[in-house]
Amino acid sequence: MPAIQSPGTEEIHPDVALVARAKEGDTAAFEQLVRQYERQIFRVAQHITQNREDAEDITQDAFLKAYEKLDQFQGNSKFSTWLVRIAVNESLMRLRKRKTSKTVSMDEDVQTEEGSIPRDFAEWRPNPEQNYGQAELADILRKTIQGLPPGFRTVFTLRDIENLSTEETAEALGLSVPAVKSRLLRARLQLRERLSRHFRQKKEGLPA
Amino acid sequence: MTCTDFLSQLTDYFDGQISPELLEEVRAHTATCPHCEVVLDTTSKTISVYRDNELYELSNEFRERLHTAIMTKCRPCK
Ligand SMILES: [Zn+2]
Repeated sequence: MPAIQSPGTEEIHPDVALVARAKEGDTAAFEQLVRQYERQIFRVAQHITQNREDAEDITQDAFLKAYEKLDQFQGNSKFSTWLVRIAVNESLMRLRKRKTSKTVSMDEDVQTEEGSIPRDFAEWRPNPEQNYGQAELADILRKTIQGLPPGFRTVFTLRDIENLSTEETAEALGLSVPAVKSRLLRARLQLRERLSRHFRQKKEGLPA
Repeated sequence: MTCTDFLSQLTDYFDGQISPELLEEVRAHTATCPHCEVVLDTTSKTISVYRDNELYELSNEFRERLHTAIMTKCRPCK
């Protein structure tokens, strides 16, 4: 892979101009950025904290904090990744406050072996989604991800739900790429195992 | 390739960061190992079912509150 990028071949992200205008004090530009990312930031906060009120507070705090710190944003990373990082930190802080007896960190629960070895080898029905109504399916998915340790569901949320790259996920969480990969594997396998209870093919009663 | 080797390649496989040689090995393994074939298929479905279903929506009431807060608190900053 070429180490040097020739100028002009790399597309400039549209956020760059909005951030520059916001830095100049253009609040409309900043509001545009809020509009673009409010749903993502809210989802991330909600997935980590599992609490709507907390997620709403965090979303607001994250954007206000981002505005305050805008001068510190250097543009080495995407604005959205930087924003997600602020929201993740706020969310983990909120979790720690709620669970006063237990510390919550990205390192928590990585020691457990649960889900690192698959046990359920049942095939799933061809379109498991179609066996449930939208609301029922969403309920299953929410309850299933709720059961994961915070560190795992955070990695899964950023990488698989929000579609950040592995590198961006590592950056947003302050983890190494290998650490993200190992947590992601466990998160995906644990979710798979748990979803299998709902989606597996029933052995009896199926037409041939 | 053993089942353990297969698992250790799974993340790179889904991220499309697997070398062509290893991809060949993964394919050869799942062709002969029904357990790993199921794991591959159902893990892939796990990822897509979460990707395709929005689980948490912002309420309009909160969106309004958020924008009011942003516009009032950010305006005097500069
Ligand atoms: Zn196998």
